[in-house]
Formats: sequence, structure tokens, C-alpha cells
Amino acid sequence: MANIISDETIEYVGILAKLELSDAEKEQAKTDIGRMLDYIDKLNELDTSGVEPLSHVFPVHNVFREDVVTNGDEREKILANAPAKKDDSFKVPKTVE
Amino acid sequence: MAKQYETVIGLEVHVELATKTKIFCGCSTAFGGAPNTHTCPVCTGMPGSLPVLNKQVVEYAMAVGLATNCQIHQYCKFDRKNYFYPDNPQNYQISQLYLPICHDGGIEIETAAGKKVIGIHEIHMEEDAGKLIHDEWEDCSLVDYNRSGVPLIEIVSEPDMRSAEEVIAYLDKLRLIIQYLGASDCKLQEGSMRADVNLSVREVGSEKFGTRTEMKNLNSFKAIARAIDGERARQIELLEEGKQVIQETRRWDDNKEYSYPMRSKEDAHDYRYFPDPDLVPVVISDEWLQAVKDRQPELRTEKLARYKKEFDIPDYDAGILTEYKRMADIFEETTAICGKPKKVSNWLMGETLRLLKEENQEPDEIGFSPAYLAKLIELTEAGTINQTVAKEVFERIFYDNVDPERYVEEHGLKAVNDEGELRSVVEKIIAANPQSVADYKGGKEKALGFLVGQTMKEMKGKANPGAVNKLLKELLG
Amino acid sequence: MQIMEMTALELGRRIKDKEISVREAAQASLDRIAALDGQIGGFVTVDAEGALRRAEKVQEALDRGEDLGPLAGVPAAVKDNICTQGLKTTCSSRILYNFVPTYSAEAVLNMEKAGAVVLGKTNMDEFAMGSTTETSAFGVTRNPWNTQHVPGGSSGGSCAAVAACETPYALGSDTGGSIRQPSSFCGVTGLKPTYGTVSRYGLIAYGSSLDQIGPVAKDISDCAAILEMIASYDKKDSTSVSREDYDFTSALVDDVKGMRIGIPSDYFGEGLEEEVKNAVLHVADVLKQKGAVVEEFDLSLVDYAIPAYYVIASAEASSNLARFDGVKYGYRAAEYDGLHNMYKKSRSEGFGEEVKRRIMLGSFVLSSGYYDAYYLKALRTKALIKQSFDRAFEKYDVILAPASPTTAPKLGSSLSDPLKMYLGDIYTISVNLAGLPGVSVPCCTDSKGLPIGVQMLGDCFKEKNIIRAAYAFEQARGKWQAPDLSGLKESGSKAADLAGEKESGSKAVDLAGWKESGSKASNAEAVKEAD
Repeated sequence: MANIISDETIEYVGILAKLELSDAEKEQAKTDIGRMLDYIDKLNELDTSGVEPLSHVFPVHNVFREDVVTNGDEREKILANAPAKKDDSFKVPKTVE
Repeated sequence: MAKQYETVIGLEVHVELATKTKIFCGCSTAFGGAPNTHTCPVCTGMPGSLPVLNKQVVEYAMAVGLATNCQIHQYCKFDRKNYFYPDNPQNYQISQLYLPICHDGGIEIETAAGKKVIGIHEIHMEEDAGKLIHDEWEDCSLVDYNRSGVPLIEIVSEPDMRSAEEVIAYLDKLRLIIQYLGASDCKLQEGSMRADVNLSVREVGSEKFGTRTEMKNLNSFKAIARAIDGERARQIELLEEGKQVIQETRRWDDNKEYSYPMRSKEDAHDYRYFPDPDLVPVVISDEWLQAVKDRQPELRTEKLARYKKEFDIPDYDAGILTEYKRMADIFEETTAICGKPKKVSNWLMGETLRLLKEENQEPDEIGFSPAYLAKLIELTEAGTINQTVAKEVFERIFYDNVDPERYVEEHGLKAVNDEGELRSVVEKIIAANPQSVADYKGGKEKALGFLVGQTMKEMKGKANPGAVNKLLKELLG
Repeated sequence: MQIMEMTALELGRRIKDKEISVREAAQASLDRIAALDGQIGGFVTVDAEGALRRAEKVQEALDRGEDLGPLAGVPAAVKDNICTQGLKTTCSSRILYNFVPTYSAEAVLNMEKAGAVVLGKTNMDEFAMGSTTETSAFGVTRNPWNTQHVPGGSSGGSCAAVAACETPYALGSDTGGSIRQPSSFCGVTGLKPTYGTVSRYGLIAYGSSLDQIGPVAKDISDCAAILEMIASYDKKDSTSVSREDYDFTSALVDDVKGMRIGIPSDYFGEGLEEEVKNAVLHVADVLKQKGAVVEEFDLSLVDYAIPAYYVIASAEASSNLARFDGVKYGYRAAEYDGLHNMYKKSRSEGFGEEVKRRIMLGSFVLSSGYYDAYYLKALRTKALIKQSFDRAFEKYDVILAPASPTTAPKLGSSLSDPLKMYLGDIYTISVNLAGLPGVSVPCCTDSKGLPIGVQMLGDCFKEKNIIRAAYAFEQARGKWQAPDLSGLKESGSKAADLAGEKESGSKAVDLAGWKESGSKASNAEAVKEAD
């Protein structure tokens, strides 16, 4: 494998992605990501200098809403699926240290 | 000799725009609703929901950019800023990194040291986060998404400021410009204007910038000034001790007057920005840009110049009147009705400011209608009410926005201009106060004042004090 | 003819003519599901009560004389990543195990306006990430042609349910081939429309710039009618495109005279099974006989589509799936220590292996220092791929290609080597990168009795070209045929009737394997093996 993924990198990506992997999963992830990157490196064979990155396949632009209130109180619907709620709010572990 | 240090400051100012709806959905931006009453699938990050851009946000952002002498990116895009936090329902914030709508501008500020231009690096559009309330009882936090998706612009300055005084002048200038544009009410206390301070210190004469820190949670001009002084001192102390300043985000605690690092091992500050595939680019045609330019209202500098030219009022007064858009609007509207700029200015500079101060309010909170102030001025001018009554009536206008004409009528406050009635009361007062009459005649001018007062009291304040004075003098010969 | 063997349009006609009631149609589907789905696993959620209630409503509307269109009253299934109000929508993931949307996707609303009766939600690879429907948190879906084989993915549940005649049609979604590849494996017809044609509002995003909802049905006529029903310009989806033509069924004509058809010779390289290759060439021959002009050409850049796709799709997925965090809906870990631990545990326990793999990869390629090298490079490659298709469509109306290098692999044989599995998407992925429409049409079965589908690709907004080509081919191929499910027959199920009614099958062209030969035997074998 040309791309060697370090333990630190897996740890770091886990923090970014908010995923906690077991040791076995970490080892697997190192191999998988490394292999994928080796494969993705194939793109380097292509000369893309001067090519604009293409985000949208069609040149659609300026899709707007007018500034008019269309939504009412949907509180019950919004909270309907909450795993934990209190006082019409979503309840989460405390955020201040 | 001790080293001399220079403070280098740049600001990131977030301003909530005055749109009726959120940036990407049709929910109201109104303040103060019960938790989660202004929410929908879009602003709560429900699966499958998609954002659609509010056009007014683009127009306000353009207007602010033009008023701060920025260039406009006529092709701009939205990017996702990825980070996990419960106030951010999608766990990414839609913002602009690669192509912000405005860039390379600047505004002139004036301090005791003179005039100076503060550069604006960029202005971008983004969405606000929800509100987290700490629940002491259950030791948890509660999330309310009413503010989630409220449109913001972030104005990023160049590191051009060197003191708290310059920072305050810059913020005040920005506030004025944005309020004049009607793009936001810019209230620091309520959070519709928020400033993060990037600060570093360096030895005077050094060309290189020092390591900077970013301070958040500054919600008043005073807090900003204190935070700048505190952080400057902290950094200088570190350098004097031969230590390094760490580049980090710090939270200012205004009660303890100290800032604390906001670091956590779970915050990598790697936001993985990429263009939001759910939104399409904004293309601003020359015509659109021109239309926004044409619609730009008169800003403060222009207004000030016009007041000086158009109205016969002192420069100082013109300055105060234009310091808040609301004040200037009331001044102009009232003057347009009654045609007496000087009188209008007096009411605003005098009683209005006095009452605002008494109530601890800002001029943009003035609630009365210019038509009533104009009517009050007309009533006074016509002698229908005297000055004392006018002040009383004005208080009612100020607090309750009452129609002065009706109020005067209902409370029988019209000045008594009937000479016969006045004469009989004055005669009665003279007869009832022989001692004062004697004093006056003996040369005590003060005694006349007492008699005037007694007459006014008898007439329940409705007499014209000048007329009473004149009549007393005449009768006492 | 049995209800469940009819095409959606045929059933719609009979409902309109009052030969069959809406309730009867719904009940027939529900019975069939009850009898067979335990062995197929096409559905994650079946809403029998809701479907029957809905059937009454639609019947009343029809009885009032309302014209709801040609598919009114016809039962349908919806892939489980498409939101249905009041009906659980899980993306076949534990993290959404209990999520009940309070809104329906725009495509579902359009269906309902046209009188559809939703039976339930179909199984899929978790969050549409996979090519086998084995990554579902709620069990695998089996291929009705041979239950030892996968149905393909990620819309495996939709395609298997249609193939097993449990539903006349279904909605799927296609991000890198997720409609076309399982359609090919299950011997049904699946169409991925031009990007922006069907609103994505309510489709739970995987790769937002690539995702499209599309129909899965027995034949191209059904697909055209379903697409006509679900396609719309939607103000709620900024990437929705306002099209000039939505009358896709007008292209159902048996006429390909002068149609220019290109076959990319670079699609016929290593890894392509001989039988699949021959099937594509056979379809080319059929169309040529009907007057089309067929030639081979070099598409170029074929090998770069998969790496570009995995960078773009994984990057978008890492961000799109960030919202599943145990705060607003879905799964929250039972025990945790503080906020960040709650996030990590909920997500780690809630997401399956393949989803985690792609989120990790996506987070990595977007992380500081790698954005240009990976993400922008992939977007530049995407631009080049789009250009190569643009050039091809200057010369051709339709591109003919395999849907997959192989027919359906056996269950359990793909997941151990993800990269190898990704390579199976080689013929479908570039279509999503370029935003093109594509359809997989069943052509024949291979020597194992497994279906082979052939892809027809069109230029953007030129669905009509591929619909016309597919229709012309179908006319030559003959009517759609169901797999023989007699091996799976439960007492009282109607599977036997289906098997017995193969009389009207293909007559015009003899397509090896499409007829009786393989399938019957294979399922019988499968049952034996399973025992």
C-alpha cells in the first residue's frame, strides 16, 4: 500500500466524524482507507490542469425564495421523533463544562 | 528600558439581518417565541429536507457590502462548515468560504487620534445557530431551534485596529451604516450584532504579526474594551516571561474580567469546508447590482451634511439627531409635517433624550409617531397650550403615543387666553396675598414669582405664565 | 391473468374500467407479500392497514369520476430512504430505526395525487451505500430468481419486490447505479432520470449531487408512466430543474429508424462476463435490425469514474450523515458520558460497517490539507467525464452498455472485499457523475438462470430517446416475465398461478434463457440448498 494510514490519523478522523471504533475496527479502517486512497490516487494519472471543478452538472443558478413567512408553529411535529425532550426543547447532555 | 508593545486587532462581526424569514426556509425570524415554535424540517435538520435561499438576504448583504466600499463577487457560492454541536441541527453550518459575496472594502473611522480607514477583508452570508439553555435542575442542556437558520452576515476586518477606542469606533460606524440600510437593528445586548476579537501584540516597530487569539462572548462595548485590555495584558505578560502565545479561541468572562481557552480534545477545528451541493450559485448581474446601488438609502455622512445645509440647527444637534436612524427618521418626518426643524430638534434633543435616559432606552426604541409630535408643536406655537402643559403632554406621547389634541381636550388643558377670566383670578390672588403684594411693592421681585405661581395653581396650569406676569405687573402698577 | 402479474398500467386500466377494485388490487399485493416476502425480504415495513384505508379513499375518488391518471389505485412500494408521512422511514439503518417522518417526499406527494396506494417501504443497503442490499440493518433481501443470490443494491428491496410481483411498481433511488444495477440483477426495468427531474425533497441524502429518485417496474411503459407522475419542478429543491417536457409516455413508440446508437468499446474490457457482453451485443443487433445505426466508439476515462465517485459521494455522505447524532431523531446510545461521547456512541452503534467506512473516508478526503488533492481533483475529473459524454452525445442518441459486469453474485460473497464490490459499479457510476438518464432493461438470463439487464443511456433531458429504444427492444423481446417462484411456494400463495401463466411470453426473438429454462431449476435448487 502506498498510502499508510497512521493510528493518529484514524484517531483524528474518528474525532471529525464522531465515530468511536474498536481496535479491530481501527485496524480494518486503516487498511480500507489506505487501499481506497491507493485506488483514488489513480486520478493523479489524469492531467486536470486548467479544468474547472464541476460541482453542479447543470449551470443552474439564482434559485430563491421570497422573504415571506410560510411556516407556522410546527413544534409538536418537530419534537415528535426526539429521543429526549423537555419543555418543548431537545434534551442533550450538558454542553457547558 | 521596558519594551513597548503595539496591539493588533481584527474583528469578526456577525450581524443578524432584518429579514422576515430565515435564510433557507419560510420560518419567522421574530424574537421571543416559545421554544421551537419558529421551526420546520429545514431549520431543524430533518432527514430529506433541503434549503432554498432567501433573496432578501443576498440583497441586504450586497447593500452592506456596497456601503462599506466592498467589491462584490458577482458569482458566489455557499459552502458547508462541518462541526458537531447540538445548536447546529445538521452538524454543518451553511456559510461561505471560497467565494464570499463581498470582499476588499473598508470604512473610515474617527478617534481622538484622527481619521483612519479600517479594511474589510470580506463579508459572507451564513445561518445562525439555535439556542442552548443550561438546565441546572437536571444538569442537561435544552435546545431551541427558533434562532437556527436566522440569516447572518459576517464582516471580517483586516487586522487594522490598534486600540479599544478604534475597535469601538469601527463597531459604531458599522452599526450606523447597517442600521441606516435597514439591514439589521444591530443590538449588541440582544445579540443581533456580535463581535469576535482577534488580537495579537508585537513590539513597536516590528513588521511581523504576533500569534493571535480569538475572543468570543463579547456582548457590550464595555465588555469589548475590557476584553481587549485584559487580553493585551495577558499576552504581554506571557511574552515578558519568555513564553509563547498559543493560537486559540478564548471565551471572555466579563464578570471575572478574564478569558478562558475554549479548547477541547473533541474540537479539531478542521471544518472540512466544501461547496454545498444542495444550493446553486448566486449570480449577480450588473443590472441587479445597479438596482441595489440605486436603492441605497442616504447614509449618515450624507445626511449630516444635508442637515447642516438644509436646516438651521447647530452642528452638535445634527450629529446627535443622525446618530440613530430612528431619531433621524423622526426628525425628518416631524419636520416635514410641521415645518419647524428647530422646534423639532429641541423636543428631540431635550425631552426625548431625557426620557430615553431615564428609561435606559436607545433611540431606536422610540415608539411615538412623528405626527403627534408635530401636532404638539403646533398646539404650543398657537398658544393653545403653554410650555408646562406641553411637557406633560409630551410625556404621554412618549410613553403611550397619545394624540395630543385629544389628550388636551379630554383633560381640559387648554391655556386660558380669555383676558376677563384671567383678570378676575389675578385680582382674587392679589386680594388674598396682601403680604406678597407689599413685598413686591417694597422691591422684592421674588414676590411676583410667588403670585404668578399662585395664579397658575388657581388656574390649574392652563394660563399662559407670560400673560399672568404681564397682568400682575399691570395691576400692581 | 392474475392481478399481480399485470403491469402497473394494465392494472390501472382495469381499475379504471371497474373490472378490479382498488381494494382488490391492494389486497392482492398484501397477500402476495404475506405469502412470499418472508423469503424475499423486499420490505422493511408493510402498512397493510394504511394501504387498505387509502385504497378506499382512492376508490371513492374514482367513483366520483375524478381523473387521477393512468396509475390511479395501483399499489406501490417506496424505498426506505424516501420519506413517507406517518410511515416509518429507516434507510435500513439502526440509527433511524424508529424515525416516523412528519412530511412526505415530493415524489411521494406526486404519487398520492395520482392515486397511488403505498403498501410499505422497501429494504435497501444502509443509507443506499452498497451494491447487494446486504448492508441493511434489518436483514438481507434475496433475489427472486435465485434466493441464494443477492438482488443487487442499493434499491434491492424495490427491485426484488417488483420481480417477485409483490408490488406492481416501486420507487428506488440511484446515486451510483442503485436503481439500474439491482434492476438488472432482478430482471426488472429501472430508470434513473436526469439529475433534477424528480425532486430530492424528502429523499434522505447520501450524495446530494448524485442522488435521483426513479421508477422500478416490469417494463418501460410502466417506468415512463411512473416517471411522468413523479417528475416535477419543486421550489423546495434548489437543484430541481424546470423541464419543458414531462410527457415521457409519448416516447413509447416502436420506431428506432435512424436512431444513432453508440457502444463504448472501452466498456468491454477485463472483468466483463462473456454472457453479459453477448447480451449487450444482442440488444444492439435487435435495434440494428429495427433500423438503428449502431457503432462502437471510445468513451474514454472509464477507469476514473469510480475513484472520482467514491471521493465525491463519500465526502458528501460524511457531511449529509452528520445530522444523525441522537439529538433530534432516531437512535441514541443508552449509556454515555457527556455530549461528545453520546455523539460517538450513538453513531458508532447506530451506523453499520459500510456506512462508517464511507463516512471515515469522506471525512478524511475533506480534512485539512487534503481537500485540493482529493475533492477538487475528483470534481475536475467529473468535469472531464461530463465532457466525454457531451462529445459522445453529439454523435449518438443512445449509448448501449452493460448494467453490471456480472449477473447477481451469491449472498455473502461481496462484502469481504469492498474495493472489489465498488468496481462492480463501473458501468453505472459515470452516469451519475454526468447527471445523465439511464435505464436498465431486462434482456435475457444467463446460463445460471439469472437475469441480465442492458443499460441504455441518454443525454441530459433526453429520457425520451432511451424510452424509445427500450420500448422498441421490448417489442422484439416480448412481454416481461416473472421468475418462477414455485420453489418458494407456500401453501395458499398465488405463486403457482404466476408460474403457470407464461403463455404470452417472448415470441419475436429467441433470447436464450429469458424463457423457461434456467429459473425454475435454480430456485428449486436454492430451496434445496437452503434446507
